[in-house]
Amino acid sequence: MRPGGASRLQAIPDPEPGTPKLSVQAVSKSFLTTRGDVLPVLESVSFDVAPGEFVCLLGPSGGGKSTMLNILAGLERADGGEVLMDGRPVTGPGPDRAVLFQDPALFPWMSVRANVEFALKMVGVPAAERRDRAHAWLSTVHLAMFADAQPHELSGGMRQRAALARALACQPDVLLADEPFGPLDAQAREALQGEVQRVWAETGTTFVFVTHNVREAALLADRVLLMSAAPGRLLEEYRIRAPRPRSLENPLLSRLVADIHDQLELEVRKVVARETGESGQEPGLA
Amino acid sequence: MSRVRRASRARSQVWPRVLALAAVVGVWWLLSATGAVGAKNLPSPATVWTALWHRISNGSIPVAASRSLIRLAFGMVVAVAFGTLVGVWMASSRLAQRSLGSLVVGLQALPPIAWLPLAALWFGFTERAVVFVVIVGAFPAVAMATAGGIRQVSPLLVRAGRTLGARGWSLYREVVVPAAVPSYVEGLRQGWVFAWRSLMASELIVQGGKGLGHSLDRAGRHFDAPTILALMVVIVVIGLVIDLGFAAWDRRVRARRGLVAA
Repeated sequence: MRPGGASRLQAIPDPEPGTPKLSVQAVSKSFLTTRGDVLPVLESVSFDVAPGEFVCLLGPSGGGKSTMLNILAGLERADGGEVLMDGRPVTGPGPDRAVLFQDPALFPWMSVRANVEFALKMVGVPAAERRDRAHAWLSTVHLAMFADAQPHELSGGMRQRAALARALACQPDVLLADEPFGPLDAQAREALQGEVQRVWAETGTTFVFVTHNVREAALLADRVLLMSAAPGRLLEEYRIRAPRPRSLENPLLSRLVADIHDQLELEVRKVVARETGESGQEPGLA
Repeated sequence: MSRVRRASRARSQVWPRVLALAAVVGVWWLLSATGAVGAKNLPSPATVWTALWHRISNGSIPVAASRSLIRLAFGMVVAVAFGTLVGVWMASSRLAQRSLGSLVVGLQALPPIAWLPLAALWFGFTERAVVFVVIVGAFPAVAMATAGGIRQVSPLLVRAGRTLGARGWSLYREVVVPAAVPSYVEGLRQGWVFAWRSLMASELIVQGGKGLGHSLDRAGRHFDAPTILALMVVIVVIGLVIDLGFAAWDRRVRARRGLVAA
Protein backbone atom coordinates (compact mmCIF):
# COMPACT_ATOMS: atom_id res chain seq x y z
CA MET A 1 0.00 0.00 0.00
CA ARG A 2 1.21 3.51 -0.78
CA PRO A 3 2.48 5.64 2.10
CA GLY A 4 -0.14 8.04 3.36
CA GLY A 5 -2.98 5.91 2.10
CA ALA A 6 -2.44 3.69 5.10
CA SER A 7 -3.38 6.19 7.79
CA ARG A 8 -6.94 6.52 6.57
CA LEU A 9 -7.51 2.80 6.40
CA GLN A 10 -5.69 1.79 9.55
CA ALA A 11 -8.78 0.51 11.30
CA ILE A 12 -9.87 -1.55 8.34
CA PRO A 13 -8.28 -4.98 7.85
CA ASP A 14 -6.69 -5.71 4.50
CA PRO A 15 -8.97 -7.59 2.12
CA GLU A 16 -8.39 -11.27 1.41
CA PRO A 17 -5.86 -11.79 -1.36
CA GLY A 18 -7.65 -12.18 -4.68
CA THR A 19 -10.61 -10.04 -3.62
CA PRO A 20 -11.53 -7.69 -6.45
CA LYS A 21 -11.13 -3.99 -5.68
CA LEU A 22 -14.66 -3.39 -6.87
CA SER A 23 -17.37 -5.93 -7.39
CA VAL A 24 -20.60 -4.92 -9.10
CA GLN A 25 -23.25 -7.54 -8.46
CA ALA A 26 -26.47 -7.59 -10.48
CA VAL A 27 -26.99 -3.85 -10.19
CA SER A 28 -30.27 -2.50 -11.52
CA LYS A 29 -31.56 1.03 -11.53
CA SER A 30 -34.54 2.83 -12.97
CA PHE A 31 -35.75 6.39 -12.86
CA LEU A 32 -39.20 7.90 -12.80
CA THR A 33 -39.81 10.25 -15.70
CA THR A 34 -41.67 13.49 -15.11
CA ARG A 35 -44.69 11.83 -16.71
CA GLY A 36 -44.54 9.11 -14.09
CA ASP A 37 -43.24 6.33 -16.34
CA VAL A 38 -40.57 3.97 -15.05
CA LEU A 39 -37.44 4.26 -17.16
CA PRO A 40 -34.98 1.41 -16.63
CA VAL A 41 -31.38 2.57 -17.09
CA LEU A 42 -29.39 -0.37 -15.75
CA GLU A 43 -30.44 -3.99 -15.99
CA SER A 44 -28.61 -6.50 -13.85
CA VAL A 45 -25.08 -5.29 -14.51
CA SER A 46 -22.28 -7.38 -12.99
CA PHE A 47 -18.52 -7.03 -13.30
CA ASP A 48 -15.39 -7.04 -11.16
CA VAL A 49 -12.45 -4.67 -11.20
CA ALA A 50 -9.10 -6.00 -10.04
CA PRO A 51 -6.81 -3.87 -7.84
CA GLY A 52 -4.79 -1.50 -10.00
CA GLU A 53 -6.79 -2.31 -13.10
CA PHE A 54 -7.84 0.31 -15.64
CA VAL A 55 -11.39 -0.38 -16.81
CA CYS A 56 -13.26 1.68 -19.37
CA LEU A 57 -17.05 1.68 -19.50
CA LEU A 58 -17.95 2.37 -23.09
CA GLY A 59 -21.38 2.79 -24.59
CA PRO A 60 -23.85 5.03 -26.38
CA SER A 61 -25.01 8.12 -24.52
CA GLY A 62 -28.02 7.58 -22.34
CA GLY A 63 -26.96 3.99 -21.76
CA GLY A 64 -26.57 4.29 -18.03
CA LYS A 65 -22.76 4.57 -17.91
CA SER A 66 -22.85 7.68 -15.76
CA THR A 67 -25.50 6.15 -13.52
CA MET A 68 -23.26 3.13 -13.05
CA LEU A 69 -20.38 5.40 -12.10
CA ASN A 70 -22.53 7.37 -9.66
CA ILE A 71 -23.56 4.13 -8.00
CA LEU A 72 -19.89 3.14 -7.71
CA ALA A 73 -19.18 6.56 -6.21
CA GLY A 74 -22.00 6.10 -3.73
CA LEU A 75 -23.79 9.22 -5.00
CA GLU A 76 -26.77 7.16 -6.13
CA ARG A 77 -28.27 3.96 -4.77
CA ALA A 78 -28.93 0.89 -6.86
CA ASP A 79 -32.54 -0.35 -6.88
CA GLY A 80 -31.29 -3.92 -6.91
CA GLY A 81 -27.95 -5.63 -6.47
CA GLU A 82 -24.97 -4.12 -4.73
CA VAL A 83 -21.46 -2.79 -5.12
CA LEU A 84 -18.64 -4.12 -2.96
CA MET A 85 -15.33 -2.41 -2.44
CA ASP A 86 -12.67 -4.69 -0.95
CA GLY A 87 -15.53 -7.00 -0.13
CA ARG A 88 -17.53 -4.41 1.83
CA PRO A 89 -20.74 -2.84 0.54
CA VAL A 90 -20.52 0.76 -0.71
CA THR A 91 -23.02 2.85 1.25
CA GLY A 92 -22.09 6.42 0.36
CA PRO A 93 -19.50 8.67 -1.24
CA GLY A 94 -16.04 8.90 0.24
CA PRO A 95 -12.50 9.96 -0.58
CA ASP A 96 -11.39 6.34 -1.07
CA ARG A 97 -13.28 6.61 -4.37
CA ALA A 98 -12.40 9.99 -5.86
CA VAL A 99 -14.51 11.18 -8.78
CA LEU A 100 -13.51 13.15 -11.84
CA PHE A 101 -16.71 14.66 -13.23
CA GLN A 102 -17.31 15.81 -16.79
CA ASP A 103 -17.34 19.34 -15.39
CA PRO A 104 -14.17 19.89 -13.33
CA ALA A 105 -16.41 21.01 -10.42
CA LEU A 106 -13.63 23.03 -8.82
CA PHE A 107 -14.78 25.30 -6.01
CA PRO A 108 -14.82 28.72 -7.68
CA TRP A 109 -14.15 30.69 -4.50
CA MET A 110 -10.88 28.85 -3.86
CA SER A 111 -7.58 29.14 -5.66
CA VAL A 112 -6.37 26.05 -7.50
CA ARG A 113 -4.05 25.30 -4.58
CA ALA A 114 -6.85 25.73 -2.03
CA ASN A 115 -8.98 23.26 -3.98
CA VAL A 116 -6.26 20.63 -3.64
CA GLU A 117 -5.66 21.57 0.01
CA PHE A 118 -9.36 21.09 0.65
CA ALA A 119 -9.09 17.46 -0.43
CA LEU A 120 -6.04 17.02 1.82
CA LYS A 121 -7.90 18.56 4.75
CA MET A 122 -10.83 16.21 4.22
CA VAL A 123 -8.60 13.14 4.47
CA GLY A 124 -7.00 14.48 7.63
CA VAL A 125 -3.63 15.80 6.43
CA PRO A 126 -2.35 18.25 9.10
CA ALA A 127 -2.53 21.93 8.11
CA ALA A 128 1.25 22.37 8.18
CA GLU A 129 1.78 19.73 5.49
CA ARG A 130 -1.03 20.69 3.15
CA ARG A 131 0.75 23.41 1.24
CA ASP A 132 3.72 21.25 0.26
CA ARG A 133 1.59 18.24 -0.54
CA ALA A 134 -0.75 20.35 -2.68
CA HIS A 135 2.25 21.73 -4.50
CA ALA A 136 3.51 18.21 -5.16
CA TRP A 137 0.18 17.08 -6.61
CA LEU A 138 -0.08 20.19 -8.75
CA SER A 139 3.43 19.52 -10.05
CA THR A 140 2.34 15.99 -10.95
CA VAL A 141 -0.22 17.45 -13.37
CA HIS A 142 2.10 20.33 -14.42
CA LEU A 143 0.02 23.04 -12.81
CA ALA A 144 2.38 24.20 -10.06
CA MET A 145 2.81 27.53 -11.81
CA PHE A 146 -0.91 28.17 -11.63
CA ALA A 147 -1.38 27.24 -7.97
CA ASP A 148 -2.52 30.73 -7.01
CA ALA A 149 -4.88 31.22 -9.95
CA GLN A 150 -8.63 31.08 -9.51
CA PRO A 151 -10.29 28.24 -11.47
CA HIS A 152 -12.06 30.63 -13.86
CA GLU A 153 -8.70 31.98 -14.97
CA LEU A 154 -7.64 28.58 -16.36
CA SER A 155 -8.45 26.90 -19.67
CA GLY A 156 -10.82 23.94 -19.72
CA GLY A 157 -7.98 21.45 -19.96
CA MET A 158 -6.08 23.06 -17.08
CA ARG A 159 -9.20 23.05 -14.94
CA GLN A 160 -9.64 19.35 -15.53
CA ARG A 161 -5.99 18.79 -14.63
CA ALA A 162 -6.55 20.73 -11.40
CA ALA A 163 -9.55 18.50 -10.72
CA LEU A 164 -7.33 15.48 -11.33
CA ALA A 165 -4.79 16.83 -8.83
CA ARG A 166 -7.57 17.35 -6.30
CA ALA A 167 -8.88 13.83 -6.82
CA LEU A 168 -5.38 12.35 -6.51
CA ALA A 169 -4.72 14.33 -3.34
CA CYS A 170 -7.26 12.13 -1.56
CA GLN A 171 -4.90 9.27 -2.40
CA PRO A 172 -7.92 7.25 -3.42
CA ASP A 173 -7.86 3.51 -3.92
CA VAL A 174 -10.17 3.97 -6.87
CA LEU A 175 -10.48 6.87 -9.26
CA LEU A 176 -13.85 7.12 -11.00
CA ALA A 177 -14.00 9.29 -14.10
CA ASP A 178 -17.19 10.30 -15.91
CA GLU A 179 -16.27 11.36 -19.45
CA PRO A 180 -13.86 13.85 -17.95
CA PHE A 181 -12.36 14.92 -21.27
CA GLY A 182 -15.60 15.05 -23.24
CA PRO A 183 -15.87 18.82 -23.60
CA LEU A 184 -12.16 19.43 -24.25
CA ASP A 185 -10.54 20.17 -27.58
CA ALA A 186 -8.44 17.42 -29.19
CA GLN A 187 -5.11 18.77 -28.00
CA ALA A 188 -6.07 19.20 -24.37
CA ARG A 189 -7.74 15.82 -24.50
CA GLU A 190 -4.62 14.11 -25.75
CA ALA A 191 -2.45 15.79 -23.13
CA LEU A 192 -4.81 14.71 -20.36
CA GLN A 193 -4.97 11.15 -21.63
CA GLY A 194 -1.20 11.17 -21.29
CA GLU A 195 -1.40 12.53 -17.74
CA VAL A 196 -3.93 9.90 -16.73
CA GLN A 197 -1.80 7.07 -18.10
CA ARG A 198 1.25 8.35 -16.28
CA VAL A 199 -0.61 8.86 -13.01
CA TRP A 200 -2.15 5.42 -13.26
CA ALA A 201 1.24 3.83 -13.83
CA GLU A 202 2.91 5.81 -11.03
CA THR A 203 0.27 5.51 -8.32
CA GLY A 204 -1.22 2.10 -8.95
CA THR A 205 -4.69 3.56 -8.48
CA THR A 206 -7.58 1.51 -9.80
CA PHE A 207 -9.43 3.38 -12.54
CA VAL A 208 -13.00 3.11 -13.75
CA PHE A 209 -13.30 5.47 -16.67
CA VAL A 210 -16.55 6.20 -18.47
CA THR A 211 -16.26 7.33 -22.08
CA HIS A 212 -18.11 7.19 -25.37
CA ASN A 213 -14.87 7.56 -27.26
CA VAL A 214 -13.60 4.21 -28.54
CA ARG A 215 -10.07 5.43 -29.26
CA GLU A 216 -9.78 6.87 -25.76
CA ALA A 217 -10.88 3.54 -24.29
CA ALA A 218 -8.39 1.62 -26.47
CA LEU A 219 -5.54 3.94 -25.43
CA LEU A 220 -6.21 3.79 -21.72
CA ALA A 221 -7.85 0.55 -20.69
CA ASP A 222 -6.72 -2.88 -19.58
CA ARG A 223 -10.28 -3.91 -20.19
CA VAL A 224 -13.15 -2.28 -22.05
CA LEU A 225 -16.70 -3.08 -20.99
CA LEU A 226 -19.13 -2.31 -23.77
CA MET A 227 -22.57 -1.32 -22.53
CA SER A 228 -25.80 -1.45 -24.50
CA ALA A 229 -28.24 1.32 -25.25
CA ALA A 230 -30.71 1.92 -22.41
CA PRO A 231 -31.54 -0.07 -20.40
CA GLY A 232 -27.82 -0.61 -19.89
CA ARG A 233 -26.51 -4.16 -19.94
CA LEU A 234 -23.00 -5.42 -20.49
CA LEU A 235 -22.70 -6.51 -24.10
CA GLU A 236 -19.08 -7.38 -24.54
CA GLU A 237 -15.76 -7.36 -22.79
CA TYR A 238 -12.45 -6.63 -24.53
CA ARG A 239 -9.14 -7.26 -22.81
CA ILE A 240 -6.33 -5.13 -24.21
CA ARG A 241 -2.81 -6.42 -23.64
CA ALA A 242 -0.98 -3.99 -25.91
CA PRO A 243 2.06 -2.50 -24.13
CA ARG A 244 2.06 1.11 -23.01
CA PRO A 245 2.54 3.83 -24.03
CA ARG A 246 0.10 2.90 -26.74
CA SER A 247 -0.33 4.28 -30.17
CA LEU A 248 -3.37 3.80 -32.35
CA GLU A 249 -0.93 3.18 -35.21
CA ASN A 250 -0.50 -0.27 -33.72
CA PRO A 251 -2.39 -2.46 -36.24
CA LEU A 252 -3.79 -4.79 -33.58
CA LEU A 253 -5.10 -1.86 -31.62
CA SER A 254 -6.64 -0.15 -34.64
CA ARG A 255 -8.34 -3.46 -35.60
CA LEU A 256 -9.78 -3.62 -32.11
CA VAL A 257 -10.93 -0.02 -32.32
CA ALA A 258 -12.69 -0.81 -35.58
CA ASP A 259 -14.36 -3.87 -34.04
CA ILE A 260 -15.59 -2.01 -30.98
CA HIS A 261 -16.67 0.82 -33.20
CA ASP A 262 -18.88 -1.48 -35.27
CA GLN A 263 -20.49 -2.90 -32.15
CA LEU A 264 -21.07 0.55 -30.70
CA GLU A 265 -22.47 1.78 -34.00
CA LEU A 266 -25.18 -0.88 -33.82
CA GLU A 267 -26.13 0.27 -30.36
CA VAL A 268 -26.13 3.92 -31.37
CA ARG A 269 -28.43 3.09 -34.31
CA LYS A 270 -30.85 1.51 -31.89
CA VAL A 271 -30.94 4.72 -29.89
CA VAL A 272 -31.41 6.83 -33.00
CA ALA A 273 -34.13 4.51 -34.25
CA ARG A 274 -35.92 4.71 -30.92
CA GLU A 275 -35.66 8.47 -30.79
CA THR A 276 -36.97 8.91 -34.30
CA GLY A 277 -39.80 6.53 -33.53
CA GLU A 278 -38.71 3.63 -35.77
CA SER A 279 -38.38 0.04 -34.70
CA GLY A 280 -35.04 -0.87 -33.17
CA GLN A 281 -35.03 -4.18 -35.09
CA GLU A 282 -34.70 -2.58 -38.51
CA PRO A 283 -31.95 0.00 -38.45
CA GLY A 284 -33.39 2.11 -41.27
CA LEU A 285 -31.68 2.42 -44.61
CA ALA A 286 -28.45 0.77 -43.50
CA MET B 1 -4.36 46.40 -13.99
CA SER B 2 -2.08 49.24 -15.01
CA ARG B 3 -2.31 52.61 -13.33
CA VAL B 4 -3.28 54.25 -16.59
CA ARG B 5 -6.15 51.85 -17.19
CA ARG B 6 -7.33 52.16 -13.62
CA ALA B 7 -7.31 55.93 -13.92
CA SER B 8 -9.23 55.84 -17.18
CA ARG B 9 -11.75 53.43 -15.69
CA ALA B 10 -12.16 55.72 -12.69
CA ARG B 11 -12.76 58.62 -15.07
CA SER B 12 -15.36 56.67 -17.04
CA GLN B 13 -17.02 55.77 -13.73
CA VAL B 14 -17.06 59.33 -12.48
CA TRP B 15 -18.07 61.53 -15.36
CA PRO B 16 -21.59 60.10 -15.98
CA ARG B 17 -22.36 60.61 -12.31
CA VAL B 18 -21.06 64.18 -12.34
CA LEU B 19 -23.02 64.86 -15.51
CA ALA B 20 -26.28 63.55 -14.01
CA LEU B 21 -25.76 65.62 -10.87
CA ALA B 22 -24.93 68.73 -12.90
CA ALA B 23 -28.12 68.28 -14.96
CA VAL B 24 -30.29 68.10 -11.83
CA VAL B 25 -28.63 71.13 -10.23
CA GLY B 26 -28.89 72.99 -13.54
CA VAL B 27 -32.63 72.41 -13.90
CA TRP B 28 -33.10 73.26 -10.23
CA TRP B 29 -31.14 76.48 -10.65
CA LEU B 30 -33.16 77.43 -13.74
CA LEU B 31 -36.45 76.82 -11.94
CA SER B 32 -35.50 79.00 -8.98
CA ALA B 33 -33.56 81.68 -10.90
CA THR B 34 -36.35 82.32 -13.40
CA GLY B 35 -38.83 82.50 -10.56
CA ALA B 36 -40.91 79.66 -12.07
CA VAL B 37 -41.15 78.29 -8.54
CA GLY B 38 -41.09 80.73 -5.63
CA ALA B 39 -38.05 80.89 -3.38
CA LYS B 40 -40.20 79.84 -0.41
CA ASN B 41 -41.03 76.54 -2.06
CA LEU B 42 -37.78 75.98 -3.92
CA PRO B 43 -34.75 77.87 -2.67
CA SER B 44 -31.83 78.18 -5.07
CA PRO B 45 -28.98 75.65 -5.00
CA ALA B 46 -26.73 78.31 -3.49
CA THR B 47 -29.12 78.95 -0.58
CA VAL B 48 -29.37 75.21 0.10
CA TRP B 49 -25.61 74.88 -0.08
CA THR B 50 -25.24 77.67 2.50
CA ALA B 51 -27.79 76.00 4.79
CA LEU B 52 -26.05 72.67 4.36
CA TRP B 53 -22.64 74.13 5.10
CA HIS B 54 -23.96 76.01 8.10
CA ARG B 55 -25.56 72.90 9.61
CA ILE B 56 -22.51 70.79 8.97
CA SER B 57 -20.14 73.31 10.55
CA ASN B 58 -22.35 73.94 13.58
CA GLY B 59 -22.43 70.17 14.12
CA SER B 60 -26.18 69.60 13.89
CA ILE B 61 -26.06 67.48 10.72
CA PRO B 62 -23.05 65.37 11.83
CA VAL B 63 -24.80 64.65 15.15
CA ALA B 64 -28.11 63.79 13.48
CA ALA B 65 -26.36 61.63 10.88
CA SER B 66 -24.37 59.73 13.47
CA ARG B 67 -27.51 59.11 15.55
CA SER B 68 -29.28 57.73 12.51
CA LEU B 69 -26.31 55.65 11.43
CA ILE B 70 -25.98 54.08 14.87
CA ARG B 71 -29.66 53.06 14.74
CA LEU B 72 -29.15 51.77 11.22
CA ALA B 73 -26.13 49.72 12.22
CA PHE B 74 -27.86 48.24 15.25
CA GLY B 75 -31.01 47.45 13.27
CA MET B 76 -28.98 45.91 10.45
CA VAL B 77 -26.96 43.69 12.77
CA VAL B 78 -30.13 42.29 14.32
CA ALA B 79 -31.89 42.02 10.95
CA VAL B 80 -28.93 40.20 9.38
CA ALA B 81 -28.59 37.77 12.27
CA PHE B 82 -32.32 37.05 12.36
CA GLY B 83 -32.72 37.06 8.58
CA THR B 84 -29.81 34.65 8.11
CA LEU B 85 -31.24 32.23 10.66
CA VAL B 86 -34.69 32.36 9.09
CA GLY B 87 -33.17 31.98 5.61
CA VAL B 88 -31.16 28.92 6.59
CA TRP B 89 -34.28 27.47 8.16
CA MET B 90 -36.31 28.23 5.02
CA ALA B 91 -33.75 26.43 2.87
CA SER B 92 -33.62 23.42 5.18
CA SER B 93 -36.71 21.69 3.82
CA ARG B 94 -39.48 22.03 1.31
CA LEU B 95 -41.96 22.22 4.17
CA ALA B 96 -40.08 25.11 5.79
CA GLN B 97 -39.86 26.81 2.42
CA ARG B 98 -43.61 26.59 1.86
CA SER B 99 -44.66 27.54 5.39
CA LEU B 100 -42.04 29.96 6.63
CA GLY B 101 -41.16 31.10 3.12
CA SER B 102 -44.68 32.23 2.33
CA LEU B 103 -44.79 34.20 5.60
CA VAL B 104 -41.58 36.00 4.70
CA VAL B 105 -42.86 36.76 1.19
CA GLY B 106 -46.06 38.12 2.74
CA LEU B 107 -44.03 40.24 5.09
CA GLN B 108 -42.14 41.68 2.15
CA ALA B 109 -45.40 42.86 0.63
CA LEU B 110 -46.07 44.93 3.75
CA PRO B 111 -44.35 48.34 3.72
CA PRO B 112 -42.13 48.39 6.82
CA ILE B 113 -43.59 51.69 8.01
CA ALA B 114 -46.96 49.95 8.35
CA TRP B 115 -45.47 48.26 11.41
CA LEU B 116 -45.01 51.58 13.19
CA PRO B 117 -48.48 51.89 14.76
CA LEU B 118 -48.14 48.43 16.27
CA ALA B 119 -44.55 49.13 17.34
CA ALA B 120 -45.70 52.37 18.97
CA LEU B 121 -48.39 50.44 20.81
CA TRP B 122 -45.77 48.04 22.14
CA PHE B 123 -42.84 50.36 22.79
CA GLY B 124 -44.41 53.83 22.75
CA PHE B 125 -43.14 56.47 20.32
CA THR B 126 -39.57 55.67 21.26
CA GLU B 127 -36.26 54.81 19.73
CA ARG B 128 -37.11 51.15 20.26
CA ALA B 129 -40.14 51.43 18.00
CA VAL B 130 -37.94 53.02 15.32
CA VAL B 131 -35.34 50.27 15.49
CA PHE B 132 -38.08 47.63 15.45
CA VAL B 133 -39.37 49.01 12.16
CA VAL B 134 -35.83 48.97 10.75
CA ILE B 135 -35.44 45.31 11.68
CA VAL B 136 -38.75 44.12 10.22
CA GLY B 137 -37.98 46.24 7.18
CA ALA B 138 -34.60 44.70 6.47
CA PHE B 139 -34.79 41.09 7.57
CA PRO B 140 -37.13 39.65 4.87
CA ALA B 141 -34.70 40.64 2.10
CA VAL B 142 -31.84 39.03 3.99
CA ALA B 143 -33.85 35.87 4.69
CA MET B 144 -35.00 35.54 1.07
CA ALA B 145 -31.49 36.01 -0.27
CA THR B 146 -30.03 33.53 2.20
CA ALA B 147 -32.59 30.87 1.35
CA GLY B 148 -32.32 31.56 -2.38
CA GLY B 149 -28.54 31.48 -2.24
CA ILE B 150 -28.49 28.14 -0.45
CA ARG B 151 -31.08 26.57 -2.73
CA GLN B 152 -29.21 27.66 -5.85
CA VAL B 153 -25.90 26.12 -4.85
CA SER B 154 -24.81 23.98 -7.78
CA PRO B 155 -25.62 20.31 -7.05
CA LEU B 156 -22.40 19.45 -8.86
CA LEU B 157 -20.30 21.27 -6.26
CA VAL B 158 -22.19 19.52 -3.48
CA ARG B 159 -21.52 16.16 -5.16
CA ALA B 160 -17.86 17.06 -5.56
CA GLY B 161 -17.69 17.99 -1.88
CA ARG B 162 -19.32 14.72 -0.85
CA THR B 163 -16.98 12.59 -2.94
CA LEU B 164 -14.05 14.40 -1.30
CA GLY B 165 -15.36 13.35 2.08
CA ALA B 166 -17.31 16.41 3.26
CA ARG B 167 -20.61 15.58 4.88
CA GLY B 168 -23.12 17.08 7.27
CA TRP B 169 -21.82 20.20 8.94
CA SER B 170 -18.46 20.21 7.14
CA LEU B 171 -20.24 20.04 3.78
CA TYR B 172 -22.39 22.96 4.83
CA ARG B 173 -19.54 25.05 6.14
CA GLU B 174 -17.00 24.29 3.43
CA VAL B 175 -19.16 24.07 0.32
CA VAL B 176 -22.74 25.29 0.71
CA VAL B 177 -22.04 28.49 2.65
CA PRO B 178 -19.22 29.84 0.45
CA ALA B 179 -21.16 28.89 -2.68
CA ALA B 180 -24.14 30.90 -1.42
CA VAL B 181 -22.10 34.02 -0.62
CA PRO B 182 -22.78 35.99 -3.85
CA SER B 183 -26.57 35.86 -3.39
CA TYR B 184 -26.13 36.60 0.29
CA VAL B 185 -24.15 39.77 -0.37
CA GLU B 186 -26.80 40.83 -2.84
CA GLY B 187 -29.41 40.27 -0.13
CA LEU B 188 -27.50 42.40 2.35
CA ARG B 189 -27.29 45.14 -0.25
CA GLN B 190 -31.06 45.08 -0.70
CA GLY B 191 -31.64 44.70 3.01
CA TRP B 192 -29.72 47.79 3.99
CA VAL B 193 -31.71 49.92 1.51
CA PHE B 194 -34.92 48.76 3.15
CA ALA B 195 -33.40 49.48 6.55
CA TRP B 196 -32.38 53.01 5.57
CA ARG B 197 -35.77 53.85 4.09
CA SER B 198 -37.63 52.40 7.07
CA LEU B 199 -35.40 54.33 9.43
CA MET B 200 -36.00 57.67 7.72
CA ALA B 201 -39.74 57.05 7.50
CA SER B 202 -40.13 56.14 11.15
CA GLU B 203 -37.86 58.96 12.34
CA LEU B 204 -40.09 61.35 10.45
CA ILE B 205 -43.10 60.13 12.40
CA VAL B 206 -41.67 59.38 15.84
CA GLN B 207 -40.91 62.77 17.39
CA GLY B 208 -38.35 63.90 19.90
CA GLY B 209 -35.26 62.08 18.61
CA LYS B 210 -32.11 63.54 17.13
CA GLY B 211 -31.79 61.60 13.86
CA LEU B 212 -31.84 62.94 10.30
CA GLY B 213 -35.52 62.07 9.94
CA HIS B 214 -36.35 64.02 13.08
CA SER B 215 -34.43 67.04 11.85
CA LEU B 216 -36.27 66.80 8.54
CA ASP B 217 -39.60 66.73 10.36
CA ARG B 218 -38.64 69.75 12.47
CA ALA B 219 -37.46 71.72 9.43
CA GLY B 220 -40.82 70.97 7.80
CA ARG B 221 -42.71 72.35 10.79
CA HIS B 222 -40.68 75.56 10.53
CA PHE B 223 -41.27 75.87 6.76
CA ASP B 224 -37.47 75.91 6.44
CA ALA B 225 -37.13 74.86 2.80
CA PRO B 226 -33.32 75.27 2.55
CA THR B 227 -32.80 72.94 5.54
CA ILE B 228 -35.32 70.42 4.21
CA LEU B 229 -33.44 70.20 0.93
CA ALA B 230 -30.05 70.15 2.66
CA LEU B 231 -31.15 67.18 4.80
CA MET B 232 -32.55 65.37 1.76
CA VAL B 233 -29.19 65.79 0.07
CA VAL B 234 -27.45 64.34 3.13
CA ILE B 235 -29.79 61.32 3.20
CA VAL B 236 -29.14 60.63 -0.48
CA VAL B 237 -25.37 61.06 -0.17
CA ILE B 238 -25.16 58.68 2.81
CA GLY B 239 -27.22 56.19 0.82
CA LEU B 240 -24.94 56.47 -2.20
CA VAL B 241 -21.79 56.08 -0.15
CA ILE B 242 -23.03 52.97 1.67
CA ASP B 243 -24.29 51.48 -1.57
CA LEU B 244 -20.91 52.06 -3.20
CA GLY B 245 -19.36 50.08 -0.38
CA PHE B 246 -21.76 47.19 -0.91
CA ALA B 247 -21.27 47.37 -4.67
CA ALA B 248 -17.50 47.08 -4.24
CA TRP B 249 -17.92 44.09 -1.93
CA ASP B 250 -20.35 42.49 -4.37
CA ARG B 251 -17.95 43.05 -7.26
CA ARG B 252 -15.06 41.54 -5.36
CA VAL B 253 -17.01 38.42 -4.41
CA ARG B 254 -18.16 37.94 -7.99
CA ALA B 255 -14.81 38.67 -9.61
CA ARG B 256 -13.14 36.10 -7.36
CA ARG B 257 -15.55 33.47 -8.63
CA GLY B 258 -15.26 34.58 -12.24
CA LEU B 259 -18.89 35.72 -12.35
CA VAL B 260 -17.95 39.12 -13.80
CA ALA B 261 -14.84 40.59 -15.34
CA ALA B 262 -12.63 42.01 -12.58
